[in-house]
Amino acid sequence: MSLTRRDVLVWGAGSAAALSLSGLPAFATATDDAVMAFTGGADTMDGGITLTAPEIAENGNTVPIEVDAPGAVSIAVYATGNPLPGVATFNFGALAGSRSGSTRIRLAKTQEVVAVAKMEDGTFRKASATVKVTIGGCGG
Amino acid sequence: MAKGVKPRVKVPKSASAGETITIKTLISHKMESGQRKDGDGNVIPRSIINRFTAEFNGEMVIDVALEPAISTNPYFQFDAVVPASGDFTFTWYDDDGSVYTETKSVSVS
Repeated sequence: MSLTRRDVLVWGAGSAAALSLSGLPAFATATDDAVMAFTGGADTMDGGITLTAPEIAENGNTVPIEVDAPGAVSIAVYATGNPLPGVATFNFGALAGSRSGSTRIRLAKTQEVVAVAKMEDGTFRKASATVKVTIGGCGG
Repeated sequence: MAKGVKPRVKVPKSASAGETITIKTLISHKMESGQRKDGDGNVIPRSIINRFTAEFNGEMVIDVALEPAISTNPYFQFDAVVPASGDFTFTWYDDDGSVYTETKSVSVS
């Protein structure tokens, strides 16, 4: 059996994917803890919240994101792959025109960004988006 | 006090009563994350803006808790309802205790 260029590429991609997957759970726990602290242990549901983030961010130092959750009291954003998962918490007041906000965040590497919204009825909604980061943003 | 901190806010000058307007804010701040190291391997201490609030005539519009993962020169865009003429007050709270404020008036026609 001859080793073709294609085989090598496929194996390379496969092992890289396996590596990145095996690296995830360690960081997921920190994020889970942070989410638990925010929700107080309540279950989170999908839907009702939109997290807009670019699919590919060339510069991890400033990644534009937008969260929108009609009927939310507050929205917390977490970056699962950062040294510290917390990003920002938006609390909406009486005069908030919409339950949305945009900002720019730092992402250390390719990772999942998670947004959790606390709704007026006390339930929690969750959305996530994966952002590919070309240049990491934590100045390591 | 961090050097060169300058808030910039974009608010429409006039609006109709009850209208929802979009506000853009930016403050120049280096937002040192506390994760970086200097040339000698010492950790550069964290120095960020940890809270940002926007109020209209004393009523809360948005209150954001910032973590080190917010980019340099923190930027926020959000919507506010303008029930009557008045002033928006934007406040940024620095880790070192400094407070930066900016006020913008909106007239309702």
